[in-house]
Amino acid sequence: MAVIGGAETPARKAKWALLDVVVVVYALVPVLWIVSLSFKTKGTITDGNFVPREWTLDNYQEIFTTTEFVRALVNSIGIALIATLIAVVLGTMAAYAVARLDFPGKRALIGVSLLIAMFPQVSLVSPLFDIERALGLFDTWPGLILPYITFALPLAIYTLSAFFREIPWELEKAAKMDGATPAQAFLKVIAPLAAPGVFTTAILVFIFAWNDFLFAISLTSTERARTVPAALSFFTGASQFEDPTGTISAAAVVITIPIIVFVLFFQRRIVAGLTSGAVKG
Amino acid sequence: MADIVLDKVTKRYPDGALAVREVDVEIADGEFIILVGPSGCGKSTTLNMIAGLEDITSGELRIGGERMNDRAPKDRDIAMVFQSYALYPHMTVRENMAFPLRLAKLDKQTVNRKVEEAARILDLTQHLDRRPANLSGGQRQRVAMGRAIVRSPKAFLMDEPLSNLDAKLRVQMRTEVSRLQKNLGTTTVYVTHDQTEAMTLGDRVVVLRGGEVQQVGAPQFLYEHPANLFVAGFIGSPAMNFLPARVEGDRLHTELGELPLTDRVRRLLEQAEAPRDVIMGVRPEHFEDAALVEEHARAGGAVYRGQVDVLESMGSDKYAYFSLGGERASSAQLEELAADAGVTDLPSGGGQLVTRLSAASQAREGERVEVWFDPDQVQLFDPNSGRNLTYQGG
Ligand SMILES: Nc1ncnc2c1ncn2[C@@H]1O[C@H](COP(=O)(O)OP(=O)(O)OP(=O)(O)O)[C@@H](O)[C@H]1O
Ligand SMILES: [Mg+2]
Repeated sequence: MAVIGGAETPARKAKWALLDVVVVVYALVPVLWIVSLSFKTKGTITDGNFVPREWTLDNYQEIFTTTEFVRALVNSIGIALIATLIAVVLGTMAAYAVARLDFPGKRALIGVSLLIAMFPQVSLVSPLFDIERALGLFDTWPGLILPYITFALPLAIYTLSAFFREIPWELEKAAKMDGATPAQAFLKVIAPLAAPGVFTTAILVFIFAWNDFLFAISLTSTERARTVPAALSFFTGASQFEDPTGTISAAAVVITIPIIVFVLFFQRRIVAGLTSGAVKG
Repeated sequence: MADIVLDKVTKRYPDGALAVREVDVEIADGEFIILVGPSGCGKSTTLNMIAGLEDITSGELRIGGERMNDRAPKDRDIAMVFQSYALYPHMTVRENMAFPLRLAKLDKQTVNRKVEEAARILDLTQHLDRRPANLSGGQRQRVAMGRAIVRSPKAFLMDEPLSNLDAKLRVQMRTEVSRLQKNLGTTTVYVTHDQTEAMTLGDRVVVLRGGEVQQVGAPQFLYEHPANLFVAGFIGSPAMNFLPARVEGDRLHTELGELPLTDRVRRLLEQAEAPRDVIMGVRPEHFEDAALVEEHARAGGAVYRGQVDVLESMGSDKYAYFSLGGERASSAQLEELAADAGVTDLPSGGGQLVTRLSAASQAREGERVEVWFDPDQVQLFDPNSGRNLTYQGG
């Protein structure tokens, strides 16, 4: 009789192992290629070898000695963190309202936020450019933070309201009976339980802001607010005629590190099934 | 500690549903009162209004003499135990129980002392540092109780706190709740579905039906003197037998034969201006195997002879079921009860008679047997209004 899932036969295991390897290789080859390039010397960079024949840290040294890259890195980190923080705080409050309250205009709010998420960002670039020029936001941190928040919020509200809906409402009533004000009930009971959702959302928003290229290139003009993805496209070699492949690779490797750190840091906090045990299940 | 007074309290939900209608109950200080009734009769709504989790549409709620209608739950100083327990999953048992105390800004030492004392009372000391997810159902239930008792509130509200436990644990926790309440002497309002809990726990029972109070009284009083068909059918297990009957002079025509009306009953019927067609109610425990009733006692009673359909031996007693021909007693209130019970209890066709006989009875399934009962124990009801025509108020 066929059993769903099947038995753990060696053949089956081998099949899965092969599949896993294919997926991992497919996903990681470009990344490893970039890493490899970043460690190659200028002479061997075009030799096409997967493993560098001569290892060097020159490329890394070079990007950190130019203010261009360091400045962009600071911009990226600052802008992405601030945008994440604000989007998550606003998103948490909005999602809570969406999940728990019945207020006039709730459907409209959800509709509009969906609309924003679906709107092609590229068609907004020109108007945003004009608006920001007029308002003096062009080429400033707020000039990027604001659009990031706008586009991240629908995502944040969606993810978070799904988490809020999972939390038994009785917990909030219990907190009220235990003497909590509505604010205390939210902060001490609901928010900690929604934490996995908050961290998940934070990761998503951070990645979105960190990876954005379109707004970064269109709404900045100098080092003042230019983020790494935009700055990378302005990279040149030491001289005008030198190929910047090595330095671009090194920069690309460097900017993936904060993402990995951010994800690892928050992933620990995403403990699945935190709400189990609240109610008899 | 305080008394709780519901003065014509009414609840209409925003969607127009009238959940509770003009409930008048005065709960004395230290009293253990039970709200009981079928699903959807407004028990939880009433409790939530006392708690402050639901607004009161009209009427007044007073706790300790003070009007509470517009106070937030946290300012009412009452604790609640939820059916789902509603323990905070991210906190340990200790933190759960300390939560109300910490909100009340008590100092650390006092909090610890109170939590440990409550844990000792509830036998939770060795579980204090565990999380709710790792506790058994009974332990979770006790934590929920602990969280309510730590802060010595004016009153406890409990919404079906035992309904999630298995049968054995439920019986055990029932006595524990009762003992706890006696020791603490705190006014308690307890909602339940279960008429056994209603009978055993409370000082008084409030029977609700469709948002209206049917009767308030001590469990034994409700059992002996139900105000109407609904209360009669709801209180007692197995339920009271209801049969159509007809009053003719000083006799009563029923499926069980012709019964004499005692003077007491006749006088009550006259006072109540009873119709001729009535519904007769007799409790299963008022029957006995005629063979076991001594000759001189039999004289005052009536005897029904029938074939035993099903015989259930419970060890201490035997339940003999008979099917009766003819019509089944019909009334709106009885239909409501049947609907709540899931109708499975009702056989199709004619009525059924349930009798409780002594263990010594020789009755056998499929055999004919004589059962004896005392006609003075019979209660008569008006089929239209459901009113108990033989009601003797106390
Ligand atoms: N939020 C609500 N909005 C509208 N109607 C409601 C709401 N809550 C309850 N009701 C209605 O009010 C009535 C009483 O509900 P309530 O929850 O008090 O019943 P209950 O006696 O506690 O029932 P149960 O034994 O099933 O818990 C029901 O008819 C229900 O449909
Ligand atoms: Mg209820």
